[in-house]
Amino acid sequence: MRINSILARIVLFVGAFLVPALGFARYEDEKADSAKSAAEPVKTEKKAEGFNPGEMIIEHISDNHQWHIYGKLAIPLPCIVKTDKGFECFSSGNFRNHETHELQPYEGKNYTYALKEGKIVVWDKVADAENETATKTLLDVSITKNVVTLFIVVGLMFLIFFNVAKTYKKRVGQTTKGMQSVFEPFIMFVRDDIAKTSIGKNYERYMPYLLTVFFFIWISNMLGLVPFFPGGANFTGNITITLALALLTFVITLISAKKNYWRHIFAMPGVPIGVLVILTPIEIFGMFLKPMVLMIRLFANITAGHIIALSFYALIFIFAKGGESMGAGLGVSVASVAFCVFMMFLELLVAFIQAYVFTLLSAIYFGSAVEEHHHEEHSDSPAAVAAH
Amino acid sequence: MQLVMPDTGLLIWMMITFLIVLILLKKFAWKPILTMIKEREDSIDSALKSAERAKEEMRSLQSDNEKILAQARHERDQMMKEARDMKDNIVGEAKGKAKEEADKILASAREAIQNEKMAAITELKNQVALLSVDIAEKILKRELSDENKQRDLIGDLLKDTKLN
Repeated sequence: MRINSILARIVLFVGAFLVPALGFARYEDEKADSAKSAAEPVKTEKKAEGFNPGEMIIEHISDNHQWHIYGKLAIPLPCIVKTDKGFECFSSGNFRNHETHELQPYEGKNYTYALKEGKIVVWDKVADAENETATKTLLDVSITKNVVTLFIVVGLMFLIFFNVAKTYKKRVGQTTKGMQSVFEPFIMFVRDDIAKTSIGKNYERYMPYLLTVFFFIWISNMLGLVPFFPGGANFTGNITITLALALLTFVITLISAKKNYWRHIFAMPGVPIGVLVILTPIEIFGMFLKPMVLMIRLFANITAGHIIALSFYALIFIFAKGGESMGAGLGVSVASVAFCVFMMFLELLVAFIQAYVFTLLSAIYFGSAVEEHHHEEHSDSPAAVAAH
Repeated sequence: MQLVMPDTGLLIWMMITFLIVLILLKKFAWKPILTMIKEREDSIDSALKSAERAKEEMRSLQSDNEKILAQARHERDQMMKEARDMKDNIVGEAKGKAKEEADKILASAREAIQNEKMAAITELKNQVALLSVDIAEKILKRELSDENKQRDLIGDLLKDTKLN
């Protein structure tokens, strides 16, 4: 099962990089390649009693306590758990048997832990079952795959933007150069087309947040498209990440909200009291709905991209029927790779668009929060929510 | 279901990390970058404005130059005209004076001629008178040698003379 997910990634890698590079002239080679990839699961499949694409896909897009590289090679990530007995830190490699790679409970300092559906639970050794009362007190703050991705994204952002800032300081009054030339158009784009137009005269206060969010989402999305080690995690397709971002937008909106914003929610000017009774609950609901939509849109778009790519590769194994009908698997593999290449280009676009949409909507919400006089605030927000 | 359930651990990591990133980037990246972009924009703006101003100045300078040139041309024309007038005046005056002088000379010449002529005429008259007297004397001397003729003459003279 796990090996299939790895294989899917290998095929993704081969597909996404070899096919465009070699072109159709090397069609035969590619077929042989796919055949090799398709041939491998034959051995494992028989042991693992059938290929379950749903399970494979869900496992790939979920967070994980280890990071698969290739085959049985995986980076174990540190587990940090807090229970009623205090913090405990150990490697996730402890959950696997070194020879068989089968899951096993780990006897920690305070409790015995085990992985259940990818989550750390407190294990009752005697009963050989989950100790549910102890699990309830457990807080898992492990460095998971997504946390590592978070650090990589942050590292990339520091690397890029400290460098860009340094170039700016060095080249005062000169033209842009190198990395600076690459990122200046995007910084200007966020400033002129997102912040200035949506927020208005006080846009400068929100620029650091908007820029950080824009580049954070964009870089994360792009990293998620890279099919091998430092990338490939379904990072911005994780609801926790999008929740955190949407929460920040919501909090900033509330903090900067002026009287006008609240009046539009609780007592829409120019609306009779009878209508207000209906309208105010809707407006209050809408206040919370806006960040919710932000959260779900990014999560759904990125997750969908990962699911589509994985589904196409899963098709190969479904058609191959564990090696029984290699021809069908081979034929489908060609179409799958072609579709995935197409999807990859689409996802490159989506990566940017989602970063843009998130930033733009955040800016529009900030804009409506700081708006002083009333003009067209209502036509603004629903249209923007419906934008995607 | 697990897919749409937020994970507390990840949320904690994300919030802490993102806020640190936000603060650090704000301080060390966005602030300098945005300030520099703004400064550069301002400097480009002011450079464009000053260029526009310089152009305007050039244009006004050019029109000034033209004005000065036109004025100079006008002045030159005036001076030329004045000079021509002066020349004409001088020439005219000189001509007048010359004519006057010539007239004066002519007049005096004429007068002199007249005088000479008068003198000559007077002289001639005197000579003629003298000659006539001489001739008359000689004629009389011859005529009056005869008595009769003396009487005739006296008679003629008396006839012509009327007593008044």
